[in-house]
Amino acid sequence: MDWFEDWPQYFEALNNFSERLIDGLLTTIQLTLLGGALAFVVAVVLGLMAGSPSLWVRGPARVIIEFFRGISLLVLLFWMVYVLPLFWMANPGLPGEDFVRNNFLIGITALGINYGAYGAEAVRASLTTVSKGQWEATTALSMSWPHKMRRIIFPQAWALMIPSLTNLWVHLLKGSAIVYILPGINDLTFELDNLRRPTDIWFSHAFVGLVSYFILALILTLFMQILEARAKHKLGRGPSLREILSPDPKAAPPDAAVPVQQDAAQAKEGK
Amino acid sequence: MPTPTDPTVPAPREAAPSSSAETPVIEFTDVEKRFGDNVVLKDLNFTVSRGERVTLIGPSGSGKTTILRLVMTLEELTGGYIFIDGEPLTHEERNGKRVPVSKKRQKALRTRIGMVFQQFNLFPNMTVLENIIEAPIHVLGRPKKDAIEHAHSLLEQVGLPDKADAHPTSLSGGQQQRVAIARALAMDPEILLLDEVTSALDPEVVGDVLNILREVADTTNVTMLIVTHEMGFARDVSHKVMMFDGGRVVEEGHPDKIFTNPEHERTQKFLGAVLGHN
Repeated sequence: MDWFEDWPQYFEALNNFSERLIDGLLTTIQLTLLGGALAFVVAVVLGLMAGSPSLWVRGPARVIIEFFRGISLLVLLFWMVYVLPLFWMANPGLPGEDFVRNNFLIGITALGINYGAYGAEAVRASLTTVSKGQWEATTALSMSWPHKMRRIIFPQAWALMIPSLTNLWVHLLKGSAIVYILPGINDLTFELDNLRRPTDIWFSHAFVGLVSYFILALILTLFMQILEARAKHKLGRGPSLREILSPDPKAAPPDAAVPVQQDAAQAKEGK
Repeated sequence: MPTPTDPTVPAPREAAPSSSAETPVIEFTDVEKRFGDNVVLKDLNFTVSRGERVTLIGPSGSGKTTILRLVMTLEELTGGYIFIDGEPLTHEERNGKRVPVSKKRQKALRTRIGMVFQQFNLFPNMTVLENIIEAPIHVLGRPKKDAIEHAHSLLEQVGLPDKADAHPTSLSGGQQQRVAIARALAMDPEILLLDEVTSALDPEVVGDVLNILREVADTTNVTMLIVTHEMGFARDVSHKVMMFDGGRVVEEGHPDKIFTNPEHERTQKFLGAVLGHN
């Protein structure tokens, strides 16, 4: 395979670039964590609003969701970096200039509202799957809206929305690569581009990039699976984390073992 | 006259509380409930006195459950008025117009009402104890220590003293329903609404749940509005039975009379069909 004959040199280049690549990786992780946190807040607020029976609450939420779902992240970033500052140029002294000049914050905000708009649908949909009886029980106990949401409805919807939110978060991780168009944001993709110069695109992107992003996505997914297992256990469905992680399979209750087997069987059928 | 309740004496059912000058606990005035074009209740008028236990019977779709749901404000009242202790629950008449009452007033009335559902509706994200103390602490503002003590005594009363830390999903249907009864009683309701509380249970545990409710009836002065298909229970516990059909009261009276000597043909037919199963 003469294809790989240059790779020893490439690994040397990788070693020389390692510091910058790690910086890029950290930037990508920061964008993913902070953007994801903002997206979650946006998703919960818009999702709760979109589920409201009042048109005055639901209407604006729907407009915001549809708008930010509909526009491209790339366009949103361009707009925020190149168009938004024009308002401050036209009106010097307007508050918030520090924000529009900070490309890192712009990147987080764009990721947050774009993916938050997607997440809002996941939040709204899982709230509607909490059974009507649960809502009625909270009414029968005279619970206020914030109280029932925080203590009864949201914790039950939470277990249902985690898989969708995991998807979106992995999307956001990969979407964070787009933020590299912003001047001064040297994320992983930006640094991979630098690595491409002394090596080639196969090594930098198709190998180093693929492995790095895949591992990051895998870590996110595993973390969210732990959250999901914990949330389900709290609802009395499925084993506790300790039981899942226990090396002794007997520690898990017998009924908890059944879905795992089913999944395995389904996976086999799928293949 | 209602006799003073003494829990040590399994007293025979006291006479129905006198419906004298005292304000009725529940009063329906010209109540109408429609779902779209479908009129479920029409021109419904009745009162329930303090401590009275009223059972609503009738074929499914006759509007019995809707009545309970209207009292619990789970359904929008489309016409007429409901009064709790003489105060309007959902709407009132002001300057000749029917206007909704404030949420605050409605909530104040609603905290006096408790409900037990056919499907239990325990909160699966909480333990049994947490289910019971959640509303007393956060809605009524009771001190946590008192709420927990009260919850333990209620669990004792419903025969589940060792299940405080269990998860609702690990309990059987009968046990879940007993917790649901404890949860409703933890709010010290003046009015307890029982909506087909044994319909989703296995036949062999129905008796346990009904015995607990009999004891609640015997030892407290809580007003009960009951929808049930358990005619034996209805007969034992209630002061008055109301037979519904097509959203109207066909016949009402003392259970002994309704069950042994119903006047109306519709009641005779219904009871014949229901009791025929036993």
